[in-house]
Amino acid sequence: MPFTDETRARLDAAAAEIIARYPRSRSALMPLLHLLQAEEGYISADGIDFCAGKLGLEAAEVAAVVTFYTMYKRRPVGEYHVGVCTNTLCAIMGGDQIFAELQEHLGVGDDETTADGKIILEHLECNAACDYAPVVMVNWEFFDNMTPDSARQLVDDVREGKDVRPTRGPRRLCTWREASRILAGYPDGRATEGPAAGSASLVGLKIAKERGWTAPEPAPREETR
Amino acid sequence: MIPLTPVLTAHWDEPDIFTLAGYQRSGGYQALRQALTLPPAEIIQMIKDSGLRGRGGAGFPAGMKWGFIPQGDDGPRYLVVNADESEPGTCKDTPLLLASPHSLIEGAVITSYAIRAERAFVYVRGEVLHVIRRLQHAIHEAYQAGFLGHDILGSGYHLELVLHTGAGAYICGEETALLDSLEGYRGQPRLKPPFPAVAGLYARPTVINNVESIASVPPIVANGADWFASLGTEKSTGFGIFSLSGHITTPGQYEGPLGITLRELLDLAGGIRAGHKLKFWTPGGSSTPLLTDEHLDVPLDFESVGAAGSMLGTRALQIFDETTCVVRAVLRWTEFYQHESCGKCTPCREGTYWMVKVLARLERGEGTEDELDKLLDICSNILGRAFCALGDGAVSPVASSIQYFRDEYIEHLKGGGCPFDPAAATLFGGAEH
Repeated sequence: MPFTDETRARLDAAAAEIIARYPRSRSALMPLLHLLQAEEGYISADGIDFCAGKLGLEAAEVAAVVTFYTMYKRRPVGEYHVGVCTNTLCAIMGGDQIFAELQEHLGVGDDETTADGKIILEHLECNAACDYAPVVMVNWEFFDNMTPDSARQLVDDVREGKDVRPTRGPRRLCTWREASRILAGYPDGRATEGPAAGSASLVGLKIAKERGWTAPEPAPREETR
Repeated sequence: MIPLTPVLTAHWDEPDIFTLAGYQRSGGYQALRQALTLPPAEIIQMIKDSGLRGRGGAGFPAGMKWGFIPQGDDGPRYLVVNADESEPGTCKDTPLLLASPHSLIEGAVITSYAIRAERAFVYVRGEVLHVIRRLQHAIHEAYQAGFLGHDILGSGYHLELVLHTGAGAYICGEETALLDSLEGYRGQPRLKPPFPAVAGLYARPTVINNVESIASVPPIVANGADWFASLGTEKSTGFGIFSLSGHITTPGQYEGPLGITLRELLDLAGGIRAGHKLKFWTPGGSSTPLLTDEHLDVPLDFESVGAAGSMLGTRALQIFDETTCVVRAVLRWTEFYQHESCGKCTPCREGTYWMVKVLARLERGEGTEDELDKLLDICSNILGRAFCALGDGAVSPVASSIQYFRDEYIEHLKGGGCPFDPAAATLFGGAEH
């Protein structure tokens, strides 16, 4: 038995809930993998066997899915996943320099974890926050408009266990495993924390309000039937 | 000057707009009440009449897509919302879902009702944790309030909506790869036909629409097809969110009518950052061919951008000034396409691999001018020959950069390396240069 009885019972119950969300059980594979990542921090061979058993699949079929998606990690990772966007726009605006300086500062390369097990550093593709470039994600929360200095400060604070507040996110960071649990479909009750929108999201609206621009009023319509 | 027209973004500055109470205060879910009194076919006709075209990049008429769904049998039909926003430069659905997840839910219920689907899925990318929290919360609130679930608002219509979280794969934004992923497989595109409208999720009729397309449905239902069509151009009707990023004074989201120009948007955004000038830009993400300062007055609608040799795409305007090395930019995008190529088809898998090799040599100032022709040859072997649009997208930056900036490639070769200082292009290092 790879998992303790208690863990196994907990996973069994969650797996049943997740599978019940879908008309066909195999659709539950991705959230199940997020669930296993919440349990173990990564997808282990035991985790693969668990999913295969639940869904009536071969372990190889599950492994084929695990290896396709970059968010599933196949070895233990740090408590905090620090991702630096180095797709073209962020890279040029400063993401390349931030990523290089963080590698030096943390003494790790791409996709490597610090010796204290706190931080795994990885370069990311576009994370849909280009108007806040350069962007750093920690456990998939947004840290907008970063500089090499602010990024170094961020990883130092994370390592020292200080309260770290994402730019557009909850009041404090959750851990990698806690984040994975949310991805599996189990909310942590912090959806209402943080702003509705960041400042860049509002620039067009602000200009429109200043200038009195609105979408046209609809023409008065006849009563439909 | 065409003014901005905030509709989808109109209430994003209200601090609780992401809650049911906040959304309802701004008139939310009124369109759903209205829609449920109409026959489904009438809603499809309304969307057809509005001219709404898909906001996820391809621009396919949404009403026509809905009309393709066969209504003959009693088997299930599905709505799948594509919230896998990952196209480089594209950053509109993410703030929309963060600020206004209920506008997506309301649109999804109306759309599902119109196509007579009783189950809908939102496929959201996994790397945006707070967006996922907001969606989970909004879906829960919508169920509690009777906007989802059994007998919605006493109409007798039922809908179950499931949030499905991705795990990091750009290709899952391609609609058939998304379906494979949602079915629990590697996200690899399917051969079309059959199209999803005939054989989509679980081989059943399925509509797949982008977040912004679905969120545009409630205002159309509330204000009428004519109202929507009065905005924009004749063939590219309505409004859209334009996402400006890069070397400009005020990056951000600007919602305006289709057909607005980059010159007009830049004017609102304070222009290129001080002391610099526009070099090149993407009109709709990295998969749309680059444009230059020659194209500042191209109306940003599907037809005009197409006529200018590019595509409107997702209106992701990534703007680069003269400090940017185009070879470096294109190499990085090409590395992205290589990494994200699913490997299913040879032209894309092998072509992106070799393009990275050649571009990396060119950036280092190695190789010969003949290799530019080699690159174009690889491009012609990918374009139109790949399984899905990822391959075509990978060609766009390479071919367009050689078209407009051939001399800059040659400069790398002559000088034996890159003539640009990357520090000058950063937002923290180069502003005063």
